[in-house]
Amino acid sequence: MALKIVKGSIDRMFDKNLQDLVRGIRNHKEDEAKYISTCIDEIKQELKQDNIAVKANAVCKLTYLQMLGYDVSWAAFNIVEVMSSSKFTYKRIGYLAASQCFHESTDVIMLTTNQIRKDLSSPNQYDTGVALTGLSCFVTPDLARDLANDIMTLMSHTKPYIRKKAVLIMYKVFLKYPESLRPAFPRLKEKLEDPDPGVQSAAVNVICELARRNPKNYLSLAPLFFKLMTSSTNNWVLIKIIKLFGALTPLEPRLGKKLIEPLTNLIHSTSAMSLLYECVNTVIAVLISLSSGMPNHSASIQLCVQKLRILIEDSDQNLKYLGLLAMSKILKTHPKSVQSHKDLILQCLDDKDESIRLRALDLLYGMVSKKNLMEIVKKLMLHVDKAEGTTYRDELLTKIIDICSQSNYQYITNFEWYISILVELTRLEGTRHGHLIASQMLDVAIRVKAIRVFAVAQMATLLDNAHMLTGNTQRNGICEVLYAAAWICGEFSEHLENPMETLEAMLRPKVATLPGHIQAVYVQNAAKLFATVLKSQEGNTDSTTAQEASQLMIDRLPLFVQSANLEVQERASCILQLVKYIQKLQQKDVEVSEEVCALFAGELNPVAPKAQKKVPIPDGLDLDAWINEPPSESESEDEQPKAIFSKEEPKHSRPRHTEVDEKELARRREARKQEQANNPFYIKASPSSQKVYQETPGVEHIPVVQIDLSVPLKVPGLPMSDQYVKLEEERRQKERAEKKKKDKKKRKEKRSGRGKKHDSGPESEEDITPAHMVDIVTEEMPENALPSDDDERDPADPHKALDIDLDKPLADSEKLPVRSHRAAEVLKSPAEDEEGENVSSLEPKKKSSKEKREKKKDKDKDRKKSKEEKKKKKHKHEEKEEADLLCGQADEPAFQSEETNEVVTPPTSTSADEAATVAAAEAAPAPGAISVTTPDSEPEEPKDTEMEETKSSKHKKKKQKREKEDKEKKKKKKHHHHHHHHGDKGGEESVQNGTVEEEEPLPPMSNYCLLAENSYIKVMMEDADEAYDIQGNLQDGSQVVVSVIFENKCDSFLKSMEFNVLDSLNSKLQRPEGSGPHDSLTIPFQLPPGVSNEARFVFTVQSIIMPQKLKGTLTFIVKNEESSTHEKLDFKLHFTCTSYLITTPCYSDAFAKLLESGDLKSSSIRLEGVNMPFHHLLARICFHHHFSVVERIDSCASMYSRSIQGHHVCLLVKISSQTVSVDAKCDEPTLLGNVLDEIKQTFSQC
Amino acid sequence: MIKAILIFNNHGKPRLIRFYQYFAEDMQQQIIRETFHLVSKRDDNVCNFLEGGSLIGGSDYKLIYRHYATLYFVFCVDSSESELGILDLIQVFVETLDKCFENVCELDLIFHMDKVHYILQEVVMGGMVLETNMNEIIAQVEVQNRLEKSESLPFILH
Repeated sequence: MALKIVKGSIDRMFDKNLQDLVRGIRNHKEDEAKYISTCIDEIKQELKQDNIAVKANAVCKLTYLQMLGYDVSWAAFNIVEVMSSSKFTYKRIGYLAASQCFHESTDVIMLTTNQIRKDLSSPNQYDTGVALTGLSCFVTPDLARDLANDIMTLMSHTKPYIRKKAVLIMYKVFLKYPESLRPAFPRLKEKLEDPDPGVQSAAVNVICELARRNPKNYLSLAPLFFKLMTSSTNNWVLIKIIKLFGALTPLEPRLGKKLIEPLTNLIHSTSAMSLLYECVNTVIAVLISLSSGMPNHSASIQLCVQKLRILIEDSDQNLKYLGLLAMSKILKTHPKSVQSHKDLILQCLDDKDESIRLRALDLLYGMVSKKNLMEIVKKLMLHVDKAEGTTYRDELLTKIIDICSQSNYQYITNFEWYISILVELTRLEGTRHGHLIASQMLDVAIRVKAIRVFAVAQMATLLDNAHMLTGNTQRNGICEVLYAAAWICGEFSEHLENPMETLEAMLRPKVATLPGHIQAVYVQNAAKLFATVLKSQEGNTDSTTAQEASQLMIDRLPLFVQSANLEVQERASCILQLVKYIQKLQQKDVEVSEEVCALFAGELNPVAPKAQKKVPIPDGLDLDAWINEPPSESESEDEQPKAIFSKEEPKHSRPRHTEVDEKELARRREARKQEQANNPFYIKASPSSQKVYQETPGVEHIPVVQIDLSVPLKVPGLPMSDQYVKLEEERRQKERAEKKKKDKKKRKEKRSGRGKKHDSGPESEEDITPAHMVDIVTEEMPENALPSDDDERDPADPHKALDIDLDKPLADSEKLPVRSHRAAEVLKSPAEDEEGENVSSLEPKKKSSKEKREKKKDKDKDRKKSKEEKKKKKHKHEEKEEADLLCGQADEPAFQSEETNEVVTPPTSTSADEAATVAAAEAAPAPGAISVTTPDSEPEEPKDTEMEETKSSKHKKKKQKREKEDKEKKKKKKHHHHHHHHGDKGGEESVQNGTVEEEEPLPPMSNYCLLAENSYIKVMMEDADEAYDIQGNLQDGSQVVVSVIFENKCDSFLKSMEFNVLDSLNSKLQRPEGSGPHDSLTIPFQLPPGVSNEARFVFTVQSIIMPQKLKGTLTFIVKNEESSTHEKLDFKLHFTCTSYLITTPCYSDAFAKLLESGDLKSSSIRLEGVNMPFHHLLARICFHHHFSVVERIDSCASMYSRSIQGHHVCLLVKISSQTVSVDAKCDEPTLLGNVLDEIKQTFSQC
Repeated sequence: MIKAILIFNNHGKPRLIRFYQYFAEDMQQQIIRETFHLVSKRDDNVCNFLEGGSLIGGSDYKLIYRHYATLYFVFCVDSSESELGILDLIQVFVETLDKCFENVCELDLIFHMDKVHYILQEVVMGGMVLETNMNEIIAQVEVQNRLEKSESLPFILH
């Protein structure tokens, strides 16, 4: 062994460490990949070695390689190995690697549950810290479920360092396991008032994250946060709280009113810009929520705007950016206040910083009005010309279009101007937004009827100058515009001045270089134009023009018939044949124009983009139902015998059939796509146009003609938008003048004069009338469309699951799964409950040997029951194996015969403290698992356990070795001893679990009581909040788990702690197999100064009807630098009768039945001078005495509890003016008497 | 929430990456490249915020960064974080590094990526701000370093 260790450390000296690896990579710049691959080979070798130091080094290097982009998930298992090292150094490396490369689908994660649990409960707070940090990065739903309770316990850790980490990680746990939110919330809330500012800040952080997603559930916390806001001086906390209020105010305007004042004060007083900014933000949110409900809110707005202006004018670009950001929020509700700062915002458009320019653009969006739209757009157009870099220019382009088209073109008074703006935008080089411009053109042309004449003329010019747009295929984005142009010219060709010319333009050979989907539109609309030409020539005796048109079509269309694009080909050949036929008819002087026009008759109306989705499903139509019976599976089997004679046929026909189906489907899909692409009304919904273009073969190979673009493009014949600004101004002035005249007239008529001065006041929005009588056609929606405009939330949003009402009282079924205690918390249905009671009442009679129980079970007539027990047993078995393996113990017969023993008390043979801790951590859950009573309360997956088993068996040897090393080292270095104390009587104490506390957040109640204390150590015992009975255990009597906290109060190290009690006849401390009845138990940890830790001890109790007292001693060694002394502390364990009661829910009908049965003896007490609200009183009884409320009517409540041996205890509690009367019934009078005494005592203390 | 913390140098070489949401390794590298591309073309005198890249985030996310000598420190955060607060946090983190490494420079980060991670772990945990007080951070880091040192004493001395 020693040799191996020495060899190991020599090996280590030759290994590359992280620094060597980095150096190596830097020295191999040319062949980095090759070098790294040799390094990875080395790492693989290192991982194969037993030495954990070598492994950890290898994992550390892998973490580095992961950063460089190498997938290291193959080493996941090795990472787990390193994580489970007992040394902090290696553990930290392991957890770091895990946090960098584990994720939900990493399968070894499920092996880590127990390791993490062990680390979480480690006596070393840094082990716990490292585990929490790691876990926060790779927590999975399974881990969250299994560890939720452990983490929740850590929220009350003595060290703030752990508390704050535990609080933060709860958020991750909630996300993965939403069921944990309600049970954990009360404690989380408690942490808002933690004495440590770090913990407080963490709690605020978590609640803010939660509240941001589902604010309404957190409104009830507002008063608490309000208090924190006015008292806290930590800017981080303040910022978070203020942000949270920003999320809450929209839900509760009254809150907003209260906030204004303190926030305004903060704005005035704080020097921290970050805080100031968040205050302004929240004030804005408040003002938005109040809209106009506040009398003097204009002052607040002015304050905000004024502060923001200061920010925007600041030389610090960050403040400028944020100022603009906040300004845009004010804009939504109070545009007037912002509009007065237009100068400042336009100035920001010139900023060198793109982020700031973009923000300013956002602001402009909201600042436009009918009056200033043209001016603002003009300014933006200037920026478009100046802009460098396509991203910003594209952004400008989309913003211009957004600004103009917002709220159904509300601000556009002159559509001719808008069309010319769009046409001007087509001159942008290299824009990606051709389709956006195109869709605007289509939209305007279709919906604004009055503009069609103008639009068609513009589009015709555009088509005529198409070469300008398509000259460079690099700028392909813009040729989308031609799609719109061609369609508009075709569809509204009746407005064309010279359709023949346009027709010619559309059939130019160059068109064939355009993308396929555009060509298709060209061809189709050429046919429309052709029809228009024919129509215009109708009745004209001279038919040359018409014949020229036919000839033109016949000449040019063959080019398109040869197109590689199917759509183009099909349309072209169709139309070509049609035209040929028409030509024939023309030659015979037949009038055809009417028929040809009929081809394109009818007007298409715009359809709303969501219209299709909104068509309601008619009654009685089930879209999921089969129209025809689906081919049943059995059918094919039935067919097989028939196939004997025609074997080949069915085989062939089937696949062929499906193939056809697929083809057909694909074809239909394609057809649909094409249809959509070519139907202008689908343009919004189909981004496929570009895709189609990319798919077109051969477009890239077409030679590109470069055009010298140094001269700014001016398409001849196109008006410049600028002139519209002037025109519009003139028009408006004229209108105003006319209006004035009218007004004067009116005023003359009505001498009375209302004092309104239209002429002197600034032009108001309504005064501006549009230049055109614009008839904006609204988009069509199907009849009966449901107004379900709210876009559903993303179903994948994890926060959706966290929309949980936190104010409802916690139901028992909601408690967190606690491995050790799960059974007691199972909510039973009344029927099962009764059954459970039967079982438990049988239990004490059972004999303690396995065989006997087996026999008993055989006899048991109730099958269900036996089934349950089998399950129990199976479970127990697994648990046991697990604990056993992890203890690093070879099979010990003791484990099989005396299961209860290993629960907390590790066999003394394993003195290595690690093993002992493992045993304690791993085995503690056992009692809970054993006491499982209903099948559904069996949540541990056997699979999991199996895997753990295999893993741990693998590890066992290594671990043992390691342990030994560690042990030896420790022995040499310091003499650490551990003494366990096992308090013997389990009556009162019980396992820490915090389930009851959470139910009753009202009065602060602690369930720990001081056991003993001296200058070195303080021993606290958890006041029994729950006792655990071991149903179906081999032994008579019951078992109780006691949780004891040891706190080191001195500056020295405490170690070798041993715990012993003097057993009584009735109550015995369970000791490991092989130890005598008076041997003490070693506590599996040491206590550094100021540290506290918890140990659990198991007691067996025979009779539970009387309270018990046990004397005990704790011995320990106090070690400081100079000396070490042996110390001892005596204590008394007091097991009350209450501690044998288990909180058991009971339904009122079952409760009534129980009372009627008449088996119960009654007794009663009166408590005088109880000065507390009734619900507090009930809460106290529930909390301290493990009752549950069955029913409560006004100031009267019935309560129920059950002892671990199945005694029913029923209470009727009444209160009238400070006097409480408790009438109680129980089937065991002695027990009842004692419980009542204890209740009395509880209230006499307060 | 903080979605990711990236540290890379002026050439885009990663020096520390910490994602609080899972991305596969190649995606992580793409994100680094994209972020570097976005950040590196910005002047030093423009603002420290920019809209998130296309790969990481979305409309709710922002990149908040600081540029120190040869290194960029980039935090990708959502709207629940205060922008100026995160800028302060980066400053705190860098000052902590400076204290822990005594005049930190890029080489320290190159050769001690693990240590930088450990320091970062005391500042941010699982995407949430854990501690902002520099003294507290340093104290915790130092205790852990001492713990590590005590474990690594040569075998013979035990």
